[in-house]
Amino acid sequence: MTTRHDTAAPPDKEGGAAPGRPPADAVPEVDKRRRARLSRRWQRDMRWSPYAFVSPFFLLFLAFGLFPLIYTGWASLHTVEMTAPTDMEWAGLRNYTRIFEDDFFWNAAKNTLTIGIISTVPQLLMAMGIAHILNYKLRGSTFYRVMMLAPYATSIAAASLVFVLLFGRDYGMINWALNAVGIDNIDWQNDKWASQFAVSSIVIWRWTGYNALIYLAAMQAIPQDLYESAALDGANRWQQFIHVTLPSLRPTILFTVVVSTIGASQLFGEPLLFDANKGTSGGSQHQFQTLGLYLYEQGWVNQHLGRASAIAWTMFLILIVVGIINYVISRRLRASS
Amino acid sequence: MRARTRIARKTMVLAAVAALGSGLLAGCADDGDDGGDGSSSGEGGGGKTTITLGLFGTQGFKEAGLYAEYEKLNPKIKIAENVVERNENYYPALVNHLTTNSGLQDIQAVEVGNIAEVVNTQAAKLMDLSKVSGVQSSNWLDWKWKQATTKDGQTIGLGTDVGPMAICYRKDLFEQAGLPSDREEVGKSWAGSWEKFVEVGKTYQGKAPKGTTFLDSPGGLLNAIVSGESEKFYDASGEVIYKTNPAIKKAFDLTAQAAEDGLIGNQTQFQPAWDTTIANSKFAAMSCPPWMLGYIKGKSKPEAAGKWDVATSPKPGNWGGTFLAVPKSGKNTEEAAKLAAWLTAPEQQAKLFAKQGSFPSAPAAYSLPQVTGAKNTMTGDAPIGTIFADAAKQIPAQVIGPKDQIIQQGLTDNGVILVTQGKSAKEAWETATKTIDNNLEK
Repeated sequence: MTTRHDTAAPPDKEGGAAPGRPPADAVPEVDKRRRARLSRRWQRDMRWSPYAFVSPFFLLFLAFGLFPLIYTGWASLHTVEMTAPTDMEWAGLRNYTRIFEDDFFWNAAKNTLTIGIISTVPQLLMAMGIAHILNYKLRGSTFYRVMMLAPYATSIAAASLVFVLLFGRDYGMINWALNAVGIDNIDWQNDKWASQFAVSSIVIWRWTGYNALIYLAAMQAIPQDLYESAALDGANRWQQFIHVTLPSLRPTILFTVVVSTIGASQLFGEPLLFDANKGTSGGSQHQFQTLGLYLYEQGWVNQHLGRASAIAWTMFLILIVVGIINYVISRRLRASS
Repeated sequence: MRARTRIARKTMVLAAVAALGSGLLAGCADDGDDGGDGSSSGEGGGGKTTITLGLFGTQGFKEAGLYAEYEKLNPKIKIAENVVERNENYYPALVNHLTTNSGLQDIQAVEVGNIAEVVNTQAAKLMDLSKVSGVQSSNWLDWKWKQATTKDGQTIGLGTDVGPMAICYRKDLFEQAGLPSDREEVGKSWAGSWEKFVEVGKTYQGKAPKGTTFLDSPGGLLNAIVSGESEKFYDASGEVIYKTNPAIKKAFDLTAQAAEDGLIGNQTQFQPAWDTTIANSKFAAMSCPPWMLGYIKGKSKPEAAGKWDVATSPKPGNWGGTFLAVPKSGKNTEEAAKLAAWLTAPEQQAKLFAKQGSFPSAPAAYSLPQVTGAKNTMTGDAPIGTIFADAAKQIPAQVIGPKDQIIQQGLTDNGVILVTQGKSAKEAWETATKTIDNNLEK
């Protein structure tokens, strides 16, 4: 705490080199109380203000994060229909136990996993390659960087609709191009793997640039002398990439993997909009229905809020497990380096 | 000085927190009146009362100039509409708004596929419109009126349009396949039974112009057959009977058989690829309610004009149609009810038909010149008004249930379409019923 010259008593000796401090007992009684009060207020300010400053986030989190979470948990133990959300009928763990025998849930879980893999892996590999190329001195590098981010800035709805047209079975541009090289029409909507690939391609298109920019930022933080010494040791470009760039990017790669995994597990908009029926079943045989889509179908289309809540919580638990696995792997990686 | 600054700063912080807090609370309190989607109702500019309508798809009230006309008749009223394109998105939001009593417009449209659920579960939140002056049940087709009436006699929705079905067919393709093309003869060739209809399809397919099929899509045929049954997915007591109802299994099997025989294009209706088959004349016939003619016109190339004709359906059914309901929680329920009654009166329905092709649900409109003299560019001089009016009068009063839409969607999108993709009818039925049962289970 600084001395408060404006409220403290004036120096008692005039003409000194430094302003003298009054002895403590020289302060009049009134002033002392005033000081004590200010000091108390100051302390209270110090102690409580930080809480006030962070409170907006936590208030919002309480209203829009924690409360829905708990309420969803409560609803998941009931049979609730959207037509009468206040009419809850206790169902115990029925909504959870039935998930075990719910083929549609496990189908959606499998799809989420496979779509997640075929979208995330190529996406991150491509992002790495693109970042590496952009890391060289290029003419108009800003232009390329902005272009990379353009898909990210496009709305999913607009992008997905264009992809639906591109992936059309009878009149789509992709099949037209494939025909030109002698490949028969592929039914991108109804064929299981083709449809999953098509949905993944929307995700890849949208997120590759974003990840590339993150990698690029990390690459530019790698000190140049590492490359110089590697070059002196006779390492070519590829060896430099493998032995200098990749190890330095490890934390960044981990970050993008975690973020992409979370994104993949919540995949919803792309498969919803890709379905040409505009339905929520993810194709006529649920071939590209993800967990997010199944949750939406149960809650919003079929109006079973209780079941949807149980699915939401199960997804949440699965995500926690995935998070723990991520954490363990990243610790192993860190320990091994 | 510093002390004062600090106090000033603290005041600022407090003010900011208070502002945030009150903003939050206000956000929670009510999203219907002045928030978010700009769906405000109440006093508009210049002391006018604004009535808002929540609609889906293209109802066409605005396009037919009905709002402007009503505003001229009632200078104190201003009408605004809030349109969601697809009912699949519109309806869940409507249910949500009804159960929470917020975010509702003064008038809400309800599709016929959802009307049973609204009647069963939301009637308490909606006005009984049968008591509004000028509203008489005899103004509407009997089955249309009943669909929006609860067991204890409250009518919570006034019918706008209906979709009596006929068969739209391509005269040129029929001729090329050696079939008669005169609408009387065509209608007679399959009168009374869908099996006969499929037989005609087989004859067509035998000599069909290359690359064309008799019908557009399996979903279209299935829909046409089940819509003409008096009982489809629910029985009169409200039990789900779709799996045991022989009429449904028969309709499913007939459609699957026709698909297996190659009479039906492997399309799903309203997908862009299906639109393209209309543009490229890839099929010869389809089951069509009046509004479908507008759709065909929108997707066709100009040279297709006049090449279509309309024949009576083997068994007429209804496809589509809307009701207008007035939520009790609105600020202007009385004015809203008046507007709803006016919009659904026979004269307005006839105007709507002339402009938009939405077929009137009020029989009184059937003798008005807009209906009797109706022509469509796609069907040349066919008297479509009379053909559809005749169909409308023959439609049976069908038992409709709350989950009709889910069941029919399952039978179509997870059922008959699979047959066109090479699955057997049995597999398709199993996939469909499994999906539907999972979707119905609470």
